[in-house]
Amino acid sequence: MQISMTVNGTDITEEIEPRVLLVHFIRDQLRLTGTHWGCDTSNCGTCVVLMDGQPVKSCTVLAAMADGHSITTVEGLATGATLDPVQQGFMEEHGLQCGFCTPGMMLTARALLDNNPHPNDGEIREAISGQMCRCTGYATIVRSVQWAAAHPAGQDELEENAGEEVTA
Amino acid sequence: MQIPASFDYVRASTVDDAISLLERHGPESRVVAGGHSLLPMMKLRLARPEWLIDINDLFELDFVFRDGNTLRVGAMTRHATLLESAEVSRLFSIVADAERVIADPTVRNRGTIGGSLCQADPAEDLSTVCKVLQAEAVIRGPGGERVLSMHDFHKGPYETAVEHNELLCEVRFPIRPRTGSAYEKVERRVGDWAVVAAGAAMSLAEDGTIADVTIGLTAVGVEGTVTEAEAMLRGQHPREDLFVEAGRLAALASNPVADQRGPVDYKRHLADELTRRVLRRAATRAGEAQEG
Repeated sequence: MQISMTVNGTDITEEIEPRVLLVHFIRDQLRLTGTHWGCDTSNCGTCVVLMDGQPVKSCTVLAAMADGHSITTVEGLATGATLDPVQQGFMEEHGLQCGFCTPGMMLTARALLDNNPHPNDGEIREAISGQMCRCTGYATIVRSVQWAAAHPAGQDELEENAGEEVTA
Repeated sequence: MQIPASFDYVRASTVDDAISLLERHGPESRVVAGGHSLLPMMKLRLARPEWLIDINDLFELDFVFRDGNTLRVGAMTRHATLLESAEVSRLFSIVADAERVIADPTVRNRGTIGGSLCQADPAEDLSTVCKVLQAEAVIRGPGGERVLSMHDFHKGPYETAVEHNELLCEVRFPIRPRTGSAYEKVERRVGDWAVVAAGAAMSLAEDGTIADVTIGLTAVGVEGTVTEAEAMLRGQHPREDLFVEAGRLAALASNPVADQRGPVDYKRHLADELTRRVLRRAATRAGEAQEG
């Protein structure tokens, strides 16, 4: 069957078998391997992508079910060379160790901040509670999301501040 | 890698369309809503439908509104929507109590109340919640609509009264005055299925006695509600010693099996303890409740 959707802002049309899961469609057919494939049982959350802005576990959604919808993967977070504040936050606060859970964590964080720009630590922990970091780096993940909340302009803001420091 | 067996996929555009698709494709067709019960079963090849009828476009079944003394909830209402609804939380604390511990926020973005009830997993929380609230299920098929009590809807583990060419469309919750409700679940880790869970709803008469009470248990092999304990409590003023006795009766009524979530005696103990807790909380909430 033929499906069409918007992936990271680009309209695509592809031929698929109905049984293809969204995670495999994204990774194997679109070759966007930033979305990770983990437990395959909707427990670990590393396969989280945004569907119409909402985090979903792409191992438990058929590609066919995403037909007509808008998908954002981790590759769609940055704008050109400018990282999303969430990505920058994960760098600033060491939000990743092995990096396997990171794409899903960052997308959930993005969706959280879009709905709630100033979450408390409890709200961040609740938002990522369907995702596992087996390096157990939750404390730094929470700090990374808080960094992004405190720097909504992300990288640009850092550069501006750096500029100010130099001129001062 | 878990991949479902081959099937044909079609999207329904209306409830009538879904029913005619089910009719056309016969008993080997299944509807998929959120997919968080059916797709895992298809991936394990425990379910092998030949036709999958996607009902995610049936926005007509995605609603929550009050209609007189009934709260009407469409079958396609997502768990996340139920949890976020201030009206649902205000009228039925038990729904918010349960929704908070169903899977995780990401899964709750997809899963639906209709899907949970139709899956009828014995460890599923909303089936207990709906029994406790004495909800009704509205089912539509080629012959029209029928309305069933949860007792008649829920036939047993993984089995409901919904025929292959029918669709659960709505759940109706009666709104009662001076009523409080609560749900509590013990799980091995956050987002897991219940080891045991209990739910209760209590309506107080004007003199403060218990006019009506229902007690439900999840994952311990109790099909209906705990009628012995309910009968014992009715007409009494809510009291701790009665809740203790109700807990004992709930443990007696339960019929758990030993599995990786725990042995039988532990599950009976939980049925006892959780029944006491939800009765206490339901009684307090009933005392605080405004009229309807």
